Amino acid sequence: MKVLMFGWEFPPHILGGLGTASYGLTKGLSMQPDMQITFCIPKPWGDEDRSFMNIIGMNCVPIAWRDPSWEYVQERIGKCMDPQLYYDLRSHIYADFNYMHVNDLGCMEFSGRYPDNLHEEINNYSIVAGVVARQQDYDIIHAHDWLTYPAGIHAKQVSGKPLVIHVHATDFDRSRGNVNPTVYSIEKDGMDHADCIMCVSELTRQTVINHYHQDPNKCFAMHNAVYPLAENLQAIVNQRKPASERKEKVVTFLGRITMQKGPEYFIEAARKVLERTHNVRFCFAGSGDMMNAMIELAASYGIADRCHFPGFMKGPQVFECFRDSDVYVMPSVSEPFGISPLEAMQSGVPSIISKQSGCAEILDKCIKIDYWDIDAMADAMYSLCTNPALHQYLQEEGKKEVDGITWEKVGVKIRALYEKTIEKCK
Amino acid sequence: MKTICLYFEIHQNIHLKRYRFFDIGTDHYYYDDYENEHAITETAQNSYIPALQALLEMARMHPGYFKCAISLSGVAVEQLENHAPDVIELLQELNETGCVEFLAEPYSHGLSSLTNEEAFKEDVQKQARLMKEMFGKEPKVIRNSSLIYSDEIGDVVASMGFKGMITEGARHILGWKSPHYLYHCALNPNLKLLLRDYKLSDDIALRFANPQWSEYPLFADTYVDWIASLPENEKVINIFMELCALGMFQPLSSHILDFLKAIPAYAKERGLAFATPSEIIAANKSVDALEVPYPMSWTDEERDTSFCLGNVMQREAFEKLYSLADRVRMCRDRRIKQDWDYLQASNNFRFMNTKASSYGMYRGIYDSPYDAFTNYMNILGDFMNRVNNLFPSEIENEELNALLTTIKNQGEELQVKDKEIARLNARLKKQESALASEVQTETKGRKRSTSVKKTN
Repeated sequence: MKVLMFGWEFPPHILGGLGTASYGLTKGLSMQPDMQITFCIPKPWGDEDRSFMNIIGMNCVPIAWRDPSWEYVQERIGKCMDPQLYYDLRSHIYADFNYMHVNDLGCMEFSGRYPDNLHEEINNYSIVAGVVARQQDYDIIHAHDWLTYPAGIHAKQVSGKPLVIHVHATDFDRSRGNVNPTVYSIEKDGMDHADCIMCVSELTRQTVINHYHQDPNKCFAMHNAVYPLAENLQAIVNQRKPASERKEKVVTFLGRITMQKGPEYFIEAARKVLERTHNVRFCFAGSGDMMNAMIELAASYGIADRCHFPGFMKGPQVFECFRDSDVYVMPSVSEPFGISPLEAMQSGVPSIISKQSGCAEILDKCIKIDYWDIDAMADAMYSLCTNPALHQYLQEEGKKEVDGITWEKVGVKIRALYEKTIEKCK
Repeated sequence: MKTICLYFEIHQNIHLKRYRFFDIGTDHYYYDDYENEHAITETAQNSYIPALQALLEMARMHPGYFKCAISLSGVAVEQLENHAPDVIELLQELNETGCVEFLAEPYSHGLSSLTNEEAFKEDVQKQARLMKEMFGKEPKVIRNSSLIYSDEIGDVVASMGFKGMITEGARHILGWKSPHYLYHCALNPNLKLLLRDYKLSDDIALRFANPQWSEYPLFADTYVDWIASLPENEKVINIFMELCALGMFQPLSSHILDFLKAIPAYAKERGLAFATPSEIIAANKSVDALEVPYPMSWTDEERDTSFCLGNVMQREAFEKLYSLADRVRMCRDRRIKQDWDYLQASNNFRFMNTKASSYGMYRGIYDSPYDAFTNYMNILGDFMNRVNNLFPSEIENEELNALLTTIKNQGEELQVKDKEIARLNARLKKQESALASEVQTETKGRKRSTSVKKTN
């Protein structure tokens, strides 16, 4: 089976959870021997892992006829794409795009990030996708997140193949209900055209059904998974000091400090814990628009000496943070999935997560609370810090549970859905 | 002749309220009054009252023929007295018919039998006293919470003077043996064991109203036929269940009570008898000793103690709780004693169960085992502080016990001395008054005085 996928981010150059999820999902899917995946991203850096699939950089796809020499193409884009593919794609240019801003290879430049002119970039991405869709041979189209929905629709219209869209988040989660009409219309358009909608959780599925008015029969919950820790990360985690040497307990919040993640509930709970006990520290790893407000709130409660704001963490730093933590808390108000509790549990840190997060649907060996229930949150933090038995149980069982959530299993489920969708669209 | 032994258990635990860690030290009341009242009245209305009425009817229809046994945990009695006294009245009425034997069990429905012999004995004696008070007879047969039994528990129970104990006929213990005989404890042959036939018991308690069950719908004549068709020499058929199986686990709408009421008539037809545990022990000889090195129970598929001590959280809570047992026993604070009873109930530990296979998994107010653990440990934290505040914590239990004994002995000694002093004082007074009268007589007649002195 051949799949044409449209994505926006891909490791190692990632900006959020979408890249990690895209990687895991494609890798899990590629475990099946007859699966061929072509993954389109706006701007490859050349150091992506291509061992299990083809990557097409949208900034290397010509949309206007130019006639450079093989050597020149090799020199310019050789590290990202085979020159032959460039020429093959060139033969499928479907309209005259010379009026667009193209370079000497007839390609468009992409930032590959989330720039201010994001809508223009999305549109350009969809134009280029038209060329790819005409040239490639595939059975099904799979588009990740709203940025690539227009490209998916375009490919579907060109090829007539079924379109699967993957909803990693909706604008309802990001904005707590105050949606951006442009984004909403792109999302809705993508969903209307899709033959199958995969949502990262039942929570997201319900949003898609209720707020985007989609047919429940074509919406499916497809939970994310995690990859076993890489060796270097495992080595970091293994440096965890034994409980006897840890005098103070550390409770960690990790994520963007924004309204969606509910940091204020974390502070309220921290205050309650600190009224009772003094050997607990609270760590806010991350940055965001509410950071200053949170620092002020902590100061106004007189607990600033116990609350720490180390700022944004990336890559191995995240695991260094987990290594030194005793409890991980994700009080998200609305979280489509939320991969970080899984990473925390992998690192042996018991987690407290809000019931309003997608990962709560597949996790059992963690404490689930309502994000607004600060009493329950404080109680859970206190209990994990003072009861070694509970801590030990959740540490061991949590790790076991997360180790059982693999992308390979998700891959099998996706494959089954692909087949069902293809059958349905025949 | 085959004998059917019916036994019903009445227990309702005291529900704990939502207790946060910041309540520790400020709030010493741990119970959810609404939930308790609601649970007990609901159970009484839907199950206990109609079921006991049915038993009463059966006893009156077949006087002298129908028999059964009932046991009540002390905490259940307290709850019934407070919220559903009708049930107690029905039990008294049933007692007057003479068809029922009341059994002993730990007052708290706790797990002390697994760890602290003294606490267990005290717990059982408290309930036995209550049974005597309520029904006029000292129980001779005992059942442990959740029918937990092991050789050691059997030995302890035998030393307390019980003649028999009822427990589970667990397959992993019995192996090829049949539960339809009387056995005895491996460590003390004086204690006879009645083993529950889990198949016949669960047919009523678990499966009766289940339309997916292959035997559904079950009728009384079929059921009695099953019993009658057992091998000739298998004499004792023990059918034990919780009383709330009639009406709660199996709804009244399934006509389970009509089924029950029909059983004696069919049993009579087929020449079966009913008997109470004591009668069975008196009438039958034990066929063999039953060796149970590790505790078993009637709960879950495993029939062991994993329902309450299966994971580290449960064991932690259990150890923390029973580490207080000796101190609580030594103290005389009534409120602490009462909380001790309520906190021990095995239900509290069952709420922390993480096994996937538990049927009828009911968690009360908790939505996860971790929630249950956190709440229980908060309460226990407060309770521990209270107990530790009674006596200085740096004194070892044994030393404390010795000190308390010394105090008690000295108190008794003082009492004895007081009595002695009183006695001597009285005597002294008597002597004095005698002397005074003597002096009077002496002044009257000097001649007799010498002879009086001599006799003195």
